[in-house]
Amino acid sequence: MDQTINHSDVFALALHHRFQWEEAQNSYVILFPEGMVKLHGGAGEVLKRVNGIASVGDIVTELKAAFPDAENIEKDIIGMFELAFSKAWLRKV
Amino acid sequence: MTQPSLGESVVQKTIAAQNNGVAANITQTQPLWLLAEVTYRCPLHCAFCYNPTDYDKHTQNELTTEQWIQALRDARKLGALQLGISGGEPLLRDDIEEIVAEAHKLGYYSNLITSGVGLTEKRIQAFKEGGLDHIQLSMHDITEEINNFITNTKTFELKKKVAAMIKGHGYPMVLNVVIHRYNIGHMKEILEMADALGAEYIELANTQYYGWSLVNRSQLMPTREQIDEAERITNEFREKSGSKMKIFFVVPDYYSDRPKKCMNGWGEVFMIVTANGDVLPCHSARVLPNMQFPNVKDTDLGWSWKESPAFNKYRGDAWMKEPCRTCPEKEKDLAGCRCQSFLLTGDAEAADPVCAMSPHHHLIEQAIIDAQNPVIAAQPIVFRNDKNSKKIIAGELNDRTEQFHALP
Repeated sequence: MDQTINHSDVFALALHHRFQWEEAQNSYVILFPEGMVKLHGGAGEVLKRVNGIASVGDIVTELKAAFPDAENIEKDIIGMFELAFSKAWLRKV
Repeated sequence: MTQPSLGESVVQKTIAAQNNGVAANITQTQPLWLLAEVTYRCPLHCAFCYNPTDYDKHTQNELTTEQWIQALRDARKLGALQLGISGGEPLLRDDIEEIVAEAHKLGYYSNLITSGVGLTEKRIQAFKEGGLDHIQLSMHDITEEINNFITNTKTFELKKKVAAMIKGHGYPMVLNVVIHRYNIGHMKEILEMADALGAEYIELANTQYYGWSLVNRSQLMPTREQIDEAERITNEFREKSGSKMKIFFVVPDYYSDRPKKCMNGWGEVFMIVTANGDVLPCHSARVLPNMQFPNVKDTDLGWSWKESPAFNKYRGDAWMKEPCRTCPEKEKDLAGCRCQSFLLTGDAEAADPVCAMSPHHHLIEQAIIDAQNPVIAAQPIVFRNDKNSKKIIAGELNDRTEQFHALP
């Protein structure tokens, strides 16, 4: 399967996966059968905008506006999508 | 959030399936996994069951629905996220619907771990409405003969029906197959069956020897050659079948030369509440001597996790003896399993005898030899049922249990 991330791609959370804020962990997590992933702040910021409607490009634009001082933010965001897609936490819609 | 960290070291912690589904880093200060063993009653009589052989003591004093719901609330406050509802067979209780609905409200990712016996259209519909996240179904073999033999029941056709029901309700299909001498030769067929059923996940769990499976160790243990072949077939299936099914092959510790990091560390991420309310850091902790485990009926779960002497007893590595204390690998495996050490050596703080550096490693080598001894291996299997549990409690099966330092 093609794993390249394009700005026009639209992603949603994979089936049977759940993304939520965890107060006790002070972080976002992804939950799925037999496991979970605890996400750093930055990764959580990306994934909370993934909704099956916004494109990768939309999310990049939004995060650039939200964090104007972050350098190389686009590369990091695309890296996050690559990781999340390769781990099958996300599916393309 | 700190902006420079955006996208950097994205994954702090990945928890994968091993050790009965538990793995993570140490230094976790909250329970992430709560296993609710809601009953020890079970319609199946599996020879490899890890439940305590004296479970019959705890079939009459189960927690009430209200007590379970309170335990779920308290554990959630401590940070527990993944909930396993297990047993025995949890479906023998008629309040699982209520427990599931409460778990969903509290934000758990909930998993019903079942043999499938007792799952009906009506119940699965209620679970779906209540927000149960997934169902893990145990399967035993592709043949009716072995399924019915090892579970000591006629459940083969039922399992296939239940698998279809789970799939039909849009649940991810998570199959758990305990591997032993009787089904290890059917690995390819088991994987093909799981794929044909549409399984998303399959856990090939080589038997670990606790509870009933320890009593039946010589009857269940496959040879090293069989394990190697099973792993080869599994890897080949992963590479060649084109199946998207995620396969977890749980390596049997008797055939490795280092112990497993049991439960990912004592009191690190995993908490069990048993049918009668005991709070344990692992499934078989009650075999350990001179330990008083807290019970939800009389102590707060927060205290149990953070303060209780039992949960603190083997946290970290200060308790270790040689050769573990100065071992460069001690953080990797935390000296293995305390229960296995005690059951086999009589010393809970000894290195897990699975380790090739353990002074007791010969006990594992002997167990492997015994399992290939036709006279020993021909002893009858002691199936997990109330009658045998009562016999074990009464000391009537001493010839099968006396070699261990506690009742398995």
